[in-house]
Amino acid sequence: MYDLIIIGAGVIGSAIAREISRYRLNVAVLEKSEEPAFGVSKSNSGIIHPGTQNRPGTLKGKLCVQGNRLTRMIAKELGIDFKKVGELIVALDNDELVSLSDIKREAEALGVPGLKLVGRAWLKKNEPNLTEEAVGALYAPTAGIISPYRWVYDLLENAKANGVEVHTSTRVIGIRRVEDPLSADRGPRFEKRIAHSAESKAWVERLYALCALRYADDRTRTDPGDGGPGTGNYFELATSRGMFRSRFMVNAAGLYADEVARMAGIEDFVIYPRKGEEFILDKKKHNLTRHLIFPIPTKTSKGILVIRTSDGNPMIGPTAQDVDSKEDLSTSEEGFRRVLESVKKYVPSIDENDIIAYFAGLRPASGDDFIIRHEDAFPGMVTVAGMQSPGLTAAPAVALFVRDILKKNGLDLRRKPFFRRWRREPYHLFSSSAEAARKMIKEDPAYGDIVCRCEMVSSKEIREAVRRGARTLDGIKFRTRAQAGRCHGGFCTARILKILAEETGENITSITKRGRGSEIVVRDMNDGGC
Amino acid sequence: MNTKTITCIECPVGCRIGVDMEGCRVVKVSGNKCPKGEKYAISEIENPMRVLTTTVAAEGLGIRRLPIRTSAPISKANIPEVMRVIRSVKVSRPVRVGESIVKNVCGTGADIVVTRSVD
Amino acid sequence: MAAAISAHESGVKDILLLERDLYLGGLLNQCIHTGFGLTYFKETLTGPEYASRFVERVRAIPSIEVVTRAFAVRLTGEKTVDYLIPGHMVSVRAKAVVMATGSRERTREMAHIAGTRPAGIFPAGLAQRLINIEGYLPGKNVVIVGSGDIGLIMARRFKLEGAEVKAVIEIQPVTRGLVRNVVQCLDDFGIPLYFRHKIAHIYGKDRVEGVDVVRVDEEMREIEGSRFSMGCDTLLVSVGLIPENELIEMAGAELDKKSNTPVSGRMNETSLPGIFVCGNSYKVYDIVDTVSACAENAGRMAAGYLGKVEQQV
Repeated sequence: MYDLIIIGAGVIGSAIAREISRYRLNVAVLEKSEEPAFGVSKSNSGIIHPGTQNRPGTLKGKLCVQGNRLTRMIAKELGIDFKKVGELIVALDNDELVSLSDIKREAEALGVPGLKLVGRAWLKKNEPNLTEEAVGALYAPTAGIISPYRWVYDLLENAKANGVEVHTSTRVIGIRRVEDPLSADRGPRFEKRIAHSAESKAWVERLYALCALRYADDRTRTDPGDGGPGTGNYFELATSRGMFRSRFMVNAAGLYADEVARMAGIEDFVIYPRKGEEFILDKKKHNLTRHLIFPIPTKTSKGILVIRTSDGNPMIGPTAQDVDSKEDLSTSEEGFRRVLESVKKYVPSIDENDIIAYFAGLRPASGDDFIIRHEDAFPGMVTVAGMQSPGLTAAPAVALFVRDILKKNGLDLRRKPFFRRWRREPYHLFSSSAEAARKMIKEDPAYGDIVCRCEMVSSKEIREAVRRGARTLDGIKFRTRAQAGRCHGGFCTARILKILAEETGENITSITKRGRGSEIVVRDMNDGGC
Repeated sequence: MNTKTITCIECPVGCRIGVDMEGCRVVKVSGNKCPKGEKYAISEIENPMRVLTTTVAAEGLGIRRLPIRTSAPISKANIPEVMRVIRSVKVSRPVRVGESIVKNVCGTGADIVVTRSVD
Repeated sequence: MAAAISAHESGVKDILLLERDLYLGGLLNQCIHTGFGLTYFKETLTGPEYASRFVERVRAIPSIEVVTRAFAVRLTGEKTVDYLIPGHMVSVRAKAVVMATGSRERTREMAHIAGTRPAGIFPAGLAQRLINIEGYLPGKNVVIVGSGDIGLIMARRFKLEGAEVKAVIEIQPVTRGLVRNVVQCLDDFGIPLYFRHKIAHIYGKDRVEGVDVVRVDEEMREIEGSRFSMGCDTLLVSVGLIPENELIEMAGAELDKKSNTPVSGRMNETSLPGIFVCGNSYKVYDIVDTVSACAENAGRMAAGYLGKVEQQV
């Protein structure tokens, strides 16, 4: 029996897991994908917003400002690269200039520090590639950049180091609440106790019978009396990897938060996927801008931006387009044209030939604000949904908010005597001095065995990534940058496949790009026949 | 009589060669820049021949596949059959470039020879 | 290897040949098809055979010191080369340096193909390596974008291994590859080659499921109403090569932004005295024999730079 199960290993689930790992609790994170951060979190701009462009009185505004501060603090603790680069919201005419003052006033009401209206002269000096048309800008110094997936991995690994279990490839397919007949804390009885939308009750019963054959928390199952009368209410989560039981539960399922909610009979919100296409420029252009460049926001979006990333490549985007499918991650020629046209108004020197890569992500949109609440109709369950921008920034503040909700609803928070707050910064051969590099190679020759020539990633770092949980080519890429350089894996994929196979004991034929169904090769030619 | 234009593949020049045929027999070749072209054109019409290159399984040699070729061009029609034979071959001893591992494959008169040395 | 041999023949006494891989010959080892050496050796060889001829010659010259598994990580304008070998980082100072670092493939990203990013999209050279060296078939139902030589050669290679090859899609009105490769790799197997067409969209969530193909006008824009679909599980991208010149760029050599080749006054030279570039890193060639000739010239240039050219040359 777990004390808490978190559904979803994106940035929200990971930040909550890390926060809760301070307490003496038995916690598990369930993730449907092969690896963490493979959903909404991986296709993120990586901006840690200062808190501007949010309405006062919203959860977004409050948690973004607080999250900015917390992110900087935790990034330091975990030794992850966070750069405070600052942002400029740029006005191109006098009307826009007027709205800058409104934005500033609203942001200051939320507590965003250090805001300053700057004019042409300041811009010319501090952002030389910005268009001459710019008449002024709002400067927010606390805006920063982070690698979104490395952020998730580091939060989650730190949570693991503090005792949290992470179960990947574990898809939740049914949730039911089991009430203890002796418990005083009984929720309202309602028929949808075993709720699974559009499924017959018999099907659900069969599903549970099947899952009950394999309890994931076997070690506590034999505990006499556990889950029996007098031990309290709990949830049974039927998953693709057997049954999980927990006293409390957080739904941080991103794009699928509405589907998880429906399993618990909660049907008052829907997640609408809103696509954003982003385009990455060559690292050689790392000096394109000094700040993050924003247009004046519209009602629904912060607009198309010129972004600096922690990997050094500038990025332009994102678009914002409502789509039908939660799996539609395609990029388009129109998106490309729209982004290019839009950013050239702000930074005219951007050239389409400098674009070396692109991707699309889906925002889990649901109304105007985040949905973070205890489900009183399903006691013990907390929903965290609609976590679109500024979700990445807000994540550590969301974690505190959720912690308090859980506490208020009966989760007993007692601190562990020892919490591993710090993490040694992993080193990279080419960010060290020549002498240090020499020493590293002498101590471990694998540091000198370069696998990815474009990003200079050694076999040591790749094996290390596998030991830390990478199982797929994308997982290796997000953790180490191998395959993310100019050749896009043309040279190193064959070698990475071999290392993954060696480290995991799998056949090369079962190594995937991002989980089952995305196998790289279809046949071992040495395996006889055709 | 009918006429066909083919592209010579004897060398990278790729001459366009005109071939006059009577039935399946070539009667006249034109447009070739060297004598190889005439020979090629006749063979291409009457019995197209190709050098087959592929790989065979290697075991215990530090590499998994060993590149091979046919020692001479073989008839195009024989390629599927030769491929079937090659799929059943496994090399597990050191070999030198040019060493033959299958003699007179499928009766084509050509051998299967190794194109890379392994120790 | 050709540059080292020619430098030796031009009188250079002390030559260090660095190779990243376990064996010499580079990409030639995965080019198992014939067609190499017609000019140079007056016979048609496979890639590994062509390489082995040079390996034998290099091995017979004692003044060429060969180091394999040596990964050059840094080059300076003063001609210091830092390279990694297992367990060590070594620095050497040379009087002249010849770069023979080859090229990399242009990617799907550079060709701006819209759609999803599932497994099953391979640069043609990676597919070639997987089949010919590693022994794994990357797919069963293939569409090839770009009619470069590697793409054409791989069409035949997939066919021989029992895979289906649906088509080769070329945006230009003519093939980028050699005519003989169109004949013996496509025509022999009845694989259609679409000129003036491009891939408009890639479909598939986890693995490629298909592509949309469109006809384009003179300005490479989609002609309306020409779109059609093709099911496939694999897309090979063969849209050209880019010289690998990041090391000389690091050393401060001037590069042409568009072609990534060194800007120089004479063949094989760079803007840095004593640093020469040859083969596909100097310029992308079609035929290996020309690459060898280019490298030999670079070897002679380096020898000349060292002032050691013998009188009769």
